[in-house]
Amino acid sequence: MRNIFLFIGRYFTFFAFLGFQVLALSFLFRYNKYHHTVGLGVANELTGWMNSKYANVDQYFHLKNESDRIHHVNDSLINLLKTNFLSPDTAAQFVQDTIPYDTLGHRRRYIWRDAEVVSNSVNSERNYIQINRGARQGIRDNMAVLNSDLSLVGIVVNTSDNFSQVMSLLHVKNNVSAIMKRSGNAGTISWDGKSPFLLTMTGIPKSDTIMRGDTVLTGTYSLSFPPLKMIGRVASIVKDNSSSFYTLQIRTTANFQNLQHVFVVENLQADEQEKLDKDTRKKIDEMKKTK
Amino acid sequence: MSDLVKNIIRFTIFILMQVYVLFKVPHLHRFITPYLYYLFILWLPFATPRFWLLVIGFMTGLSLDYFTQTPGLHAAACLLIAYIRPFIINLLLPKDSTEFNYREPSPRTLGWTPYGIYVLTLTVFHHGYMLFLEWLSFGSLLTYLVKLVATTGISLLLIFATELLFPRKMRYRTNTA
Repeated sequence: MRNIFLFIGRYFTFFAFLGFQVLALSFLFRYNKYHHTVGLGVANELTGWMNSKYANVDQYFHLKNESDRIHHVNDSLINLLKTNFLSPDTAAQFVQDTIPYDTLGHRRRYIWRDAEVVSNSVNSERNYIQINRGARQGIRDNMAVLNSDLSLVGIVVNTSDNFSQVMSLLHVKNNVSAIMKRSGNAGTISWDGKSPFLLTMTGIPKSDTIMRGDTVLTGTYSLSFPPLKMIGRVASIVKDNSSSFYTLQIRTTANFQNLQHVFVVENLQADEQEKLDKDTRKKIDEMKKTK
Repeated sequence: MSDLVKNIIRFTIFILMQVYVLFKVPHLHRFITPYLYYLFILWLPFATPRFWLLVIGFMTGLSLDYFTQTPGLHAAACLLIAYIRPFIINLLLPKDSTEFNYREPSPRTLGWTPYGIYVLTLTVFHHGYMLFLEWLSFGSLLTYLVKLVATTGISLLLIFATELLFPRKMRYRTNTA
């Protein structure tokens, strides 16, 4: 008996090793059947808690991909919006292509394309934005550019094969027609080159009631801009007694300092409208001459 | 800092590092899983009693197992290297009882070549046993061997990178200490 104890005492570590090994292997091979027996319930709580903390942090690293995906989905959904189409008014439509129509016979007016901002500035007096879509992707001059929350950003002024240059609203030469959402009165938006958050709006008659916080939207008559998209809100009213028009400071909805994803909007009827306008002038001129 | 506190901190860092960094890195190849956590066992002091070495090894493996939902797999492998560690050290240590001069195995206390052999042997044992247990339920012999070589390679790379990046300051132990 004494010898047995001596033997065990001598090889104690080896037996301990064997014992632990058997324990480990039994955990391993019985895991699927009895996974509550090895304290996994409690351990799961702990590791689950730590994993959720980790995931909280980890999510931030995938935000960009996630927002890319959402932006693509938005793009496909925005193209389906009713405001992009004109209702069929007469039966006498001329058929030119299948793309401008949807299945209900509505005529498509606006096509939205998504794009990413590759360079951007707000510090100059003439700020331009460069986006990663160009002539090869169907971008042409005078298309409107809107931020991912559909607030106005600028207008395409030049295109290369794969990139386009956008004149930001923060450009001293910029002139955008806009309306007050409340009254529908039209005015003009420009920029004084000072703060990248504030635009100037002129042309609203003083008969209109303006309050701080009133919404300013894109006008409905523009050839480039889709109608009734956010530009900003009235930040302050500049006192000017000599004029019968208001001068308003507009706080932009788009944050020009961190533009990332944008939409480029094409008005499919812009050419037609422009041509009609030109032709009309020519016609009237000729009429005058012949008289 | 006492050995106990130092090793508890080390243990936490190694397990978290393994779970939240090495297991999360983008998938390199189906044969390669980077393992580093068992370096904790390799770094335990020379003076750790053999029985406690087993207990610590078992707990280390089991802690990782609770994160990977494979109770017993890493525990068994860690237990194995914790058990054979003293034998390897006895073989590799210079005979003039250096073990009393330094606290724990490192390239400086053993020398680079013996330390390399020490790390290689224990890595092969750890991965060999762990992958063997995995192989029992799934896979072919060839997969097992390729996996063993690839995983051992990447682990050695990680261990030596760790040794170079975080050289441990080894105090020479004197009688006065």
